[in-house]
Amino acid sequence: MTEGTKAVIAIDQVSFRYPEQESYALQNISFQIYEGEWMAIVGHNGSGKSTLAKLLNGLQFPETGDITVDGMKLSEETVWEIRRKVGMVFQNPDNQFVGTTVQDDVAFGLENHGVPRDVMVRRVHEALEHVRMSAFLDQEPHHLSGGQKQRVAIAGIIALQPRVIILDEATSMLDPVGRREVLETIRKLKNEAGLTVISITHDLDEASQADRMVVMNQGKVYKEGLPRDIFQMDETLTKLGLDIPFPIKMAKALEAKGFHFPNIYLTDEELVDALWTLHLNK
Amino acid sequence: MMEKMIFGRYIPGDSIIHHMDPRSKLIFVFAYICIVFLANNLVTYGILTMFTVLIMLVSKVSIRFFLNGLKPILWLVVFTFFLQVFFNRQGDLLYHYAFIRIYSEGIRQGIFISLRFLLLIFLTSLLTLTTTPISLTDGIESLLNLLKKVKFPVHELALMMSISLRFIPTLMDETEKIMKAQMARGANFSSGSLKERMKAVIPLLIPLFVSSFKRAEELATAMEARGYQGGEGRTKYRLLIWKAADTLSLCLLALITILLAVFRT
Repeated sequence: MTEGTKAVIAIDQVSFRYPEQESYALQNISFQIYEGEWMAIVGHNGSGKSTLAKLLNGLQFPETGDITVDGMKLSEETVWEIRRKVGMVFQNPDNQFVGTTVQDDVAFGLENHGVPRDVMVRRVHEALEHVRMSAFLDQEPHHLSGGQKQRVAIAGIIALQPRVIILDEATSMLDPVGRREVLETIRKLKNEAGLTVISITHDLDEASQADRMVVMNQGKVYKEGLPRDIFQMDETLTKLGLDIPFPIKMAKALEAKGFHFPNIYLTDEELVDALWTLHLNK
Repeated sequence: MMEKMIFGRYIPGDSIIHHMDPRSKLIFVFAYICIVFLANNLVTYGILTMFTVLIMLVSKVSIRFFLNGLKPILWLVVFTFFLQVFFNRQGDLLYHYAFIRIYSEGIRQGIFISLRFLLLIFLTSLLTLTTTPISLTDGIESLLNLLKKVKFPVHELALMMSISLRFIPTLMDETEKIMKAQMARGANFSSGSLKERMKAVIPLLIPLFVSSFKRAEELATAMEARGYQGGEGRTKYRLLIWKAADTLSLCLLALITILLAVFRT
């Protein structure tokens, strides 16, 4: 769906290493993220995916190569403008909650950008409405669950009306319910507002629902493509320290028992559909 | 753990005092602390006591909370009272036994000074009981704004205060968690000699410090990612509104000051 549409973020031959470190955290990374797509970046721990996220937001600058966001090249001068376009949700829901109450936290980013108060009040309420947290306006963070805190963090980002949201393992500290809530919220927002989502994740079900995937390995892009194609190379993925989603594993196990499936199934529903039609065909 | 904390505790309520501007409350309490020292006779202390009791009633906060706030300082009040009683050598001699001599002026001063303590404690607790910590921070920031002219980092101070306030419960929770984890591994926090107990605190303190550093770093990154560049060019979400009640309270304060100045001897 994405080829031919406009690239929101272009990463061109980017290399990066942390100060005082010999080896590169990222080496010759090049890919593009298109307008309105959901891009999943996967890879084992230390493969450089979080570093890449920090580069996209200007929290770190590349040693060589260029990053262009929405036509603007990332540099010291443009970094604040770029941060306005690229919102980021981090892993730990507690450590990114700046405000003393829910509404203060959502307003924090708006305050930083000097948004007038009347606009701010409206946007704070709208953003909280979107993530279904309006009932918690004056609630303090220690009274909220992890999933609720992450939803407030998302509200804080969408109040800034960014073009791109980066989820830096934003669901990794949540329980399955909280994770589903957060992902549903983001998906809804993406569809409504045409947001571009970059999700850095270990969660394969999350990755398999993406439009496109990038697999990182030791600071390099190992493969880029549709989730369907990427999850097909199962042994290679396991060697890279990754897993494959449950429906594919299940289909493989059934194939070993003599069943045959014409396609790759990424969701439980697809596999169930395939199974009951298979039964009919017999 | 939060329940035990009396200091700085806020009791939600719906009185006029709850809805007042934190700035006027801060000015009021500060000025009140000064004028309490003007009182030096029965009439002036009477005026102050009546006035203090009146605002305590208006605030509709249960007396229990005031008494709670008094508890840790009670021994100091009693101590100063007896200090005055035993060592003040003015006025008429009331009682004489061996080396103990109690004079009328001693008892009078003792009562007055204890009363002064009580009034101060009640009024300052009233401030924290009726004002949320965050609006107190806002009030302090706004009052300190004048100091910006002499390069005093008002915004930074206010930000630090509000972040500290926000992290108190989080760190409390974490302390409890680490404590339980260390207890599960055989640490003993509640018995042994003083030295042993102090040693036992180390496995609690070090992880707490380390995780605070980590938290600080993550928070700073998240703040930067959300466009935080310091105090310049920021707008404010929370608004302080000066209402009629605030002006009225300061007028009342002026009135009391005049009364005290007239009636003191």
